[in-house]
Amino acid sequence: MAAATLTMPAGRALRPQMSSDDIIKRGLMIVISLYLLVALAAPLYVLLSKSVTTYHFDLAAFEIQRSDETGANFGPAKTAAALNAETHAITPEQLEAGSGDRLSVTRLFPDFSFRSPVKYRIRGMDSAASFLVGSELHRGTDWLELDSNTFRRVSLRPSTATGLDNFVSYFSTPSLTQAIYNSVLMGVITTVLVIAIAFGLAYALNRSQMRLKGLFRLVTTIPILVPSLLPGIALVYLFGNQGLLKEAMMGYSIYGPIGIVVGSVFFTLPHALLIVSTALAIADARHYEAAASLRASKWRTFWTVTVPGARYGIISAAFVVFTMVVTDFGLPKVIGGQYNMLAVDIYKQVIGQQNFEMGAVVSVILLVPAAAAFFVDRLIQKKQVALLSARSVPYQPKPNARFDWICFAYCAAVALFILTLIGVCQLAATVKFWPYDLTPTLKNFRFDLVDGGGWGAYANSIKMALLTAIFGTVIVFVGAYMVEKSEGFPLGRTLFQFLAMLPMAVPGMVLGLAYIFFFNNPANPFNAIYGTMAILVVSTVTHFYTVSHLTALTALKQMDREFEPVAASLKQPFYKLFFRVTVPVSLPAILDISIYLFVNAMTTVSAVVFLYSTHTQLASVAVLNMDDAGDVAPAAAMGMMIFYTNVVARLVHAGISRTLLTRTQAWRRR
Amino acid sequence: MRHEIVAAQPATPTGVHPMTGKPAYLEIDGLWKAFGEFVALKGVSLSIREGEFVCFLGPSGCGKTTLLRAVAGLDLQTRGTIHQAGKDISTLPPSKRDYGIVFQSYALFPNLTIERNIAFGLENAGRPRAEINARVAELLALVGLASQAKKYPAQLSGGQQQRIALARAMAVAPGLLLLDEPLSALDAKVRVHLRHEIKELQRKLGVTTIMVTHDQEEALSMADRIVVMNHGVIEQIGTPTEIYRQPSTLFVADFIGETNQIPAKVLADDRLAVEGTELACAPHQLALDSNATAVIRPVDIIPHSMSGIDKVGTPENLIEVIVKEMEFLGSFWRTRLSSPRLGSRILIADFSINAVRRLGIAVGGAMRVELPGERLLVFGKAA
Repeated sequence: MAAATLTMPAGRALRPQMSSDDIIKRGLMIVISLYLLVALAAPLYVLLSKSVTTYHFDLAAFEIQRSDETGANFGPAKTAAALNAETHAITPEQLEAGSGDRLSVTRLFPDFSFRSPVKYRIRGMDSAASFLVGSELHRGTDWLELDSNTFRRVSLRPSTATGLDNFVSYFSTPSLTQAIYNSVLMGVITTVLVIAIAFGLAYALNRSQMRLKGLFRLVTTIPILVPSLLPGIALVYLFGNQGLLKEAMMGYSIYGPIGIVVGSVFFTLPHALLIVSTALAIADARHYEAAASLRASKWRTFWTVTVPGARYGIISAAFVVFTMVVTDFGLPKVIGGQYNMLAVDIYKQVIGQQNFEMGAVVSVILLVPAAAAFFVDRLIQKKQVALLSARSVPYQPKPNARFDWICFAYCAAVALFILTLIGVCQLAATVKFWPYDLTPTLKNFRFDLVDGGGWGAYANSIKMALLTAIFGTVIVFVGAYMVEKSEGFPLGRTLFQFLAMLPMAVPGMVLGLAYIFFFNNPANPFNAIYGTMAILVVSTVTHFYTVSHLTALTALKQMDREFEPVAASLKQPFYKLFFRVTVPVSLPAILDISIYLFVNAMTTVSAVVFLYSTHTQLASVAVLNMDDAGDVAPAAAMGMMIFYTNVVARLVHAGISRTLLTRTQAWRRR
Repeated sequence: MRHEIVAAQPATPTGVHPMTGKPAYLEIDGLWKAFGEFVALKGVSLSIREGEFVCFLGPSGCGKTTLLRAVAGLDLQTRGTIHQAGKDISTLPPSKRDYGIVFQSYALFPNLTIERNIAFGLENAGRPRAEINARVAELLALVGLASQAKKYPAQLSGGQQQRIALARAMAVAPGLLLLDEPLSALDAKVRVHLRHEIKELQRKLGVTTIMVTHDQEEALSMADRIVVMNHGVIEQIGTPTEIYRQPSTLFVADFIGETNQIPAKVLADDRLAVEGTELACAPHQLALDSNATAVIRPVDIIPHSMSGIDKVGTPENLIEVIVKEMEFLGSFWRTRLSSPRLGSRILIADFSINAVRRLGIAVGGAMRVELPGERLLVFGKAA
């Protein structure tokens, strides 16, 4: 062989010259990465650092001198700690503080009188110690001389430290840690129930020849279209203190675990059904033929073929449901009563007690199950794909009158459950005082008569949902395109992919709180968007980023990898390919992403409940606030408005899809 | 003969084509490509003249696709340079190079009609619509699919899609046409038909073409020159007949066509011994007494009866054999012969139907075969 010396010559690897396409692509990817950094990574970082930031009053950091009655002769300088050691005016517990707490310095002097001619001098022992005179900030080691009347307005600011003290105090408060147990218990019970119900439904829908399958599929998606509070309201109407069927509770209260479980089953069912159904739908008919040829009984076939085949779907669905229940805030807020759940605890700590650090602690705890579920799900997703071989033969169910009727009855029962809860809200919204005065009325829709933001909130919700759908779809799709269809820059693409997957593991309440910490900081250049529509849109896009991203990615992965090289060889810029081929071919996925974002933006409560302001109130939050204020019928009416809107949006989406698809997707027909 | 093969070895980067003396159109020099630890190309040098049809041939993983993608700028080489038409294109992005490409998947845009697919590369700043349409019509006529202009790719057969992809690549009249296994997704009959058609088209347009394939028949029937690759190095460059008749390495002999491989010992520069039997062989440069592998193709083995010589002149290397098995393969018989003189080694030989009938060859029968010395090639053990 003519000698190729078999070692590579030394030197640096060649680097490609960048084309203008590469520069634009890289620029876009950096822009969207920055978006995710600002809208996700930075707030989460601030949240985490808040949870380990502790505040306490460090009395040793201040030194005070006091004069005699003449105001001229000052006594010896003493630290505040020394003064407190003499008087014990301030207990050690009172030295623990939140970031907003102030300590009035006159408490160190039990005999203090603001009318006395006594004068005081105060200074910090180091440059970090700071105190307020009125609202004026002082810092540093220079003495400040004040008369008594001014000195009474002096308050010390707490100093900060980093440590796990917040977690220690959380875990040493039984009323708080109880919430962990409660949340896990509710999560487990609901998960078991929902998986059982969803598996039955999926089995009936995929493996029987019963009638009205389409209708059942439609009904089981209804819960997606309403806020999670709505089933709570319905349950209150049915089984609450004045409920129609209160007797059926046999003395148990719907407010608490029972209501949470039933309501959670309602709102998590469609999600579980979707996953389990997909798992069952990909079953390979040949396995069943093999089982039949081995004369396995139906029961044995079910346990040896059906269940193992769907096991990844079941595990995945279980984690999704568990996470949803544990992180949901709306439902337990409405029907949880005194039963403490983690997500509600965040709300209580932040909104109720203004204890932001403790809110951050609960948030971090809430991140644990969500993140765990996320990683398990990712692991399983990889295995699930392997099950789906290209040569699978789809399973075709055979008619079986008795089995089909059982399936039908089962599905009808589940559908009845869903329709009843929705129907109760519908009725309650449109009669005078359900169930006592059933005169039809629209008075419950006069939202301006009650607190919560009125029709303006509804208009805001529509606006927010539209903006989320439009901007979210653009950001998500362009981002997914850059990850999937650009060459080189592997580190950037991996980082981007990680950021895009992260929102799945972050509960809405956690994101909302992180946004408060991050954006409501005057030093933050993005502070301007705090309290505006923009922050609501940003938080919602970010909250629902992952599923949208995966949808876009799936669509893009199905596209031929060689399109970009072909376009480049034809000297066409990538954006021409993008607009003429990539976008049209991905149109179904793009429309799916936008409707997903719209519907979720209409129903979401968790992140935005921390972020809305008086002029950006939202319909879903209004449901919460009206219910809280006792205006339950208007709350139900507003909930139904969200439902109607989402139904209309779905119809419009279906209409647009059909029109666009017939017009632009003629190529799909052979 | 031998020195000619040596002359066809990787070109020295002089900018002048070694066989024709014409300036090379594409000059690849010292190309290395590493994917992490794995080195896919190991110092590949090659020059291609204008208008030539060159095939990169080799088993999967040999580096042929990597080499094509380096030429296209899709996978940048780690070391080495590429010149096209005298211009250094080594690190240029794909859009700055001058080539059209057809992939195995064709990569036709599914949502655009056939004519819009072909027009995709033409729709550039300021080119009048009428001119574009005329060019599209011309290309459609060229590939014989004028009637399909308004259809979508999914409505065409695989072979038709393949031709559209070719028309799209040729629309902008590139200086170089790159074909990445363009026929491997098609069924056998269409493939044979399209082989011819692509070759015709290439000759008509005179475009310099590189095709990657793992199918030796495809390479032999289409290429002006074949570049046989293995483990990231070029084993041999030559015309199809050179590659087939004078393989320069054992790998090439083994990869192209079928071979009998017999361990042998070198006796002289045209003699060797197999199991003590001395045989004449093609001239070689191996050291005396060294171990070697003698190679002969089944079709080169000439049958004779036990009594007579089925040929004019004196046969060389005449060996008695027993017919062990016979397999009818349509146009010829494949036989498995055992020869006591070669240590009962099995030789595979292909005999024409006529010869079998005339010589009365049958399983279990004895006969003689001739291994013509000039067809008995010798390679060093290490090759």
